[in-house]
Amino acid sequence: MSGGSYYVPATSKWPILGSLALGVMMVGTGMVLVHGRGTVITLVGLVAVIAVMALWFRDVVVESRSGLYDAQMDRSFRWGMGWFIFSEVMFFAAFFGALFYVRTFAVPWLAGEGTKGATALLWPEFVAHWPLLSPPDPSVAGPSQVFSPWHLPLVNTLILVSSSITLTVAHEALKEGKRKICRNWLAGTILLGLTFIVIQGVEYYEAYAHYGITLQAGIYGATFFILTGFHGVHVIVGTLILIVMLFRVMRYHFSPEDHFGFEASCWYWHFVDVVWVGLFLFVYVF
Amino acid sequence: MAPKVPPQPTLEQSTTAAEAGHGHAHEAPPKGIMRWLLTTNHKEIGSMYLIFSLIMFFIGGIFALVVRLELFQPGLQFVNPEFFNQMTTMHGLIMVFAAVMPAFTGLANWMIPLQIGAPDMALPRLNNFSFWLLPVAFGLLLSTLFMPGGGPNFGWTFYAPLSTTYAPPSTTFFILSLHIAGISSILGAINIIATILNMRAPGMRMMDMPLFVWTWLITSFLLIAVMPVLAGVITMMLMDINFGTSFFDASGGGDPVLFQHLFWFFGHPEVYIMILPAFGIVSAIIPAFARKRLFGYASMVYATAAIAVLSFLVWGHHMFVVGMPLAGQLFFMYATMLIAVPTGVKVFNWVATLFRGSISFEPPMLFALAFVVLFTIGGFSGLMLAIAPADFQYHDTYFVVAHFHYVLVPGAIFSIMAAVYFWLPKWTGHYPNVRLSQWHFWLSVISVNLTFFPMHFSGLAGMPRRIPDYALQFADFNLVSSIGAFMFGFSQLLFVAVIVMCVRGGKKAPAAAWGEYADDLEWSVPSPAPLHTFETPPTFQRPAH
Repeated sequence: MSGGSYYVPATSKWPILGSLALGVMMVGTGMVLVHGRGTVITLVGLVAVIAVMALWFRDVVVESRSGLYDAQMDRSFRWGMGWFIFSEVMFFAAFFGALFYVRTFAVPWLAGEGTKGATALLWPEFVAHWPLLSPPDPSVAGPSQVFSPWHLPLVNTLILVSSSITLTVAHEALKEGKRKICRNWLAGTILLGLTFIVIQGVEYYEAYAHYGITLQAGIYGATFFILTGFHGVHVIVGTLILIVMLFRVMRYHFSPEDHFGFEASCWYWHFVDVVWVGLFLFVYVF
Repeated sequence: MAPKVPPQPTLEQSTTAAEAGHGHAHEAPPKGIMRWLLTTNHKEIGSMYLIFSLIMFFIGGIFALVVRLELFQPGLQFVNPEFFNQMTTMHGLIMVFAAVMPAFTGLANWMIPLQIGAPDMALPRLNNFSFWLLPVAFGLLLSTLFMPGGGPNFGWTFYAPLSTTYAPPSTTFFILSLHIAGISSILGAINIIATILNMRAPGMRMMDMPLFVWTWLITSFLLIAVMPVLAGVITMMLMDINFGTSFFDASGGGDPVLFQHLFWFFGHPEVYIMILPAFGIVSAIIPAFARKRLFGYASMVYATAAIAVLSFLVWGHHMFVVGMPLAGQLFFMYATMLIAVPTGVKVFNWVATLFRGSISFEPPMLFALAFVVLFTIGGFSGLMLAIAPADFQYHDTYFVVAHFHYVLVPGAIFSIMAAVYFWLPKWTGHYPNVRLSQWHFWLSVISVNLTFFPMHFSGLAGMPRRIPDYALQFADFNLVSSIGAFMFGFSQLLFVAVIVMCVRGGKKAPAAAWGEYADDLEWSVPSPAPLHTFETPPTFQRPAH
């Protein structure tokens, strides 16, 4: 284990400021949703949260670069990041679980399948189908059509899978001390990430403008947007993380042996990639 | 890997060198309130967790007493049904998320670094962040009581569509506050796992760890696995309420039962989150006062792990009456009964530890023994509830209320009190006042049974839970329950008195405050434990016994 050099910071103002900032943001969000006003409070909170995160991470970077961290600290970060990603996996698992439950049980039961199908009495005309274009209650307008997986979604799949490969190339370059190559492949990864976000934006526009896939379009729209939406947010966050990494690489942070900040970003990006493959399969293809 | 020199020094490097020494040495901590706001010390953060949870315990307790006051006799006397619903809901939410969970996290903060010989938690700043999210979260939650339409009124399980279509406007704030509390739990659990896996003293293997550490390791895993699912399900509620989605609305193809599946996938591991650390505490206290080694250490570890694994497979037993296929009912029924096996192993081991021990009845031991007996009663009523056909009768009656209060009050909360009495000498350097502690114990143990035992009978006779009025035949049972509840509530003032007196003075405690059988690493540091301990890791000696 350690030789007694584990770094314990004496005090820090970021935790308390961070929790206050998050509180302000949440109160603002609640006010916007419930009372229709409070946008300013939400934005102030959001900016404060981002500022605290930036300053907190800055402290950690500075400490790391001044050699305060030992191998044991490195392991703490590794465990921390690993379990954080596991918590993210479980977050998406809830939404995937909802999708599977609805497709396997709820919709067929609404159409009278199963021995306990009392819900079938509600809308006797309803016929189970997926993608659910005609929700049970005629007052809920379902989507007019759904996306073909072999157009934009396939393009996005190729983009995101390639981005995992380019990021790995960048990481290998960093491990060999080839900083310029690392920078270029990392920049390429970021471009792929940005392209993905733009294409996803186009798809959302198409969904609302031409496909009738909206949040209100019954359970298909709900599961579609909660899965792709949270994934999209994660891609945006991941891209921001990679942009920070790009700046750090260009400022000669990281060494071939010691670059867990970079590696953790890679872990996160691969995780986002894997989630997308699940999305592509279960939201678009099957 | 060794601290390294960056490949090319930059301008920034000169400033970092100046800051390198900053914070590493122990400067005098900031004075006054700032010390507590900015601290990264596991002991100070642990104390804040414990004090926070004690305050919330009283707030949640006041809500419970409002409920018991109304139920003292049939008819509507003191509060209207709408407010009664808010009280039952808030009582549950506060006790689960703001009292029991933070109390265990506080104990983990204080004791895990001491028990494994670590200088602090693995991620000290994150630790402080986890704590300070709690006052924000529960300040927001409590504020919903003053919002138009009142606070959450749909029970702590917040089933859709009661919590979506028919919910008060404040529900959005309730969801956001629960998000903050969830972030706090996840970050706290990540920190505890990293600490246990990475910060043990040289020579301490996993199977050398005290059971409190083991149970918390497994609890942290449960937290990280299920708190995100809770975040997911409340996000779906938020969408249903504010953005017109139909996750829990059958008219759009969703299903209210989906809510229950997701909620209980979180909710059942959650109840083990609230009891596994209790197992660890009791496993530390019983050997200390029976003056024997713990019987079956390894089987305790495996039993805890088995309970944790099974806890992911039994959520459906909360939902037998919603219309579940027969195969589902059978699966969840048998899986649930299976949990009795590892739990039985634990109870057996505690009893076997007591067997032919040289037992003395200090305050922590009193609570630990009461835990073993009364938690087991709660476990048995759980076994009755696991039987699907029988559950059709028990469901949503006071029998269920009796069951989970037996595992939570004389279970989880008694274990927390036992832990406080056990470790107060380490925290304060003084033994708690024995006479007052005994009064606290006997009043608590009598009144807790007075409160909850009659609920078994009223429940079996058919009294529904969460209803402010009841039929006349339940009057006597409810009268007894209400008297017991008020006794229990006011007895807890003695607990506060003992703690305050112990902080201020009392019989001095040595380093090994409870004798040679309480020999985990925390008893090797002075009492009270200095602010910084194990800055140089101790060498762990495996006990010779």
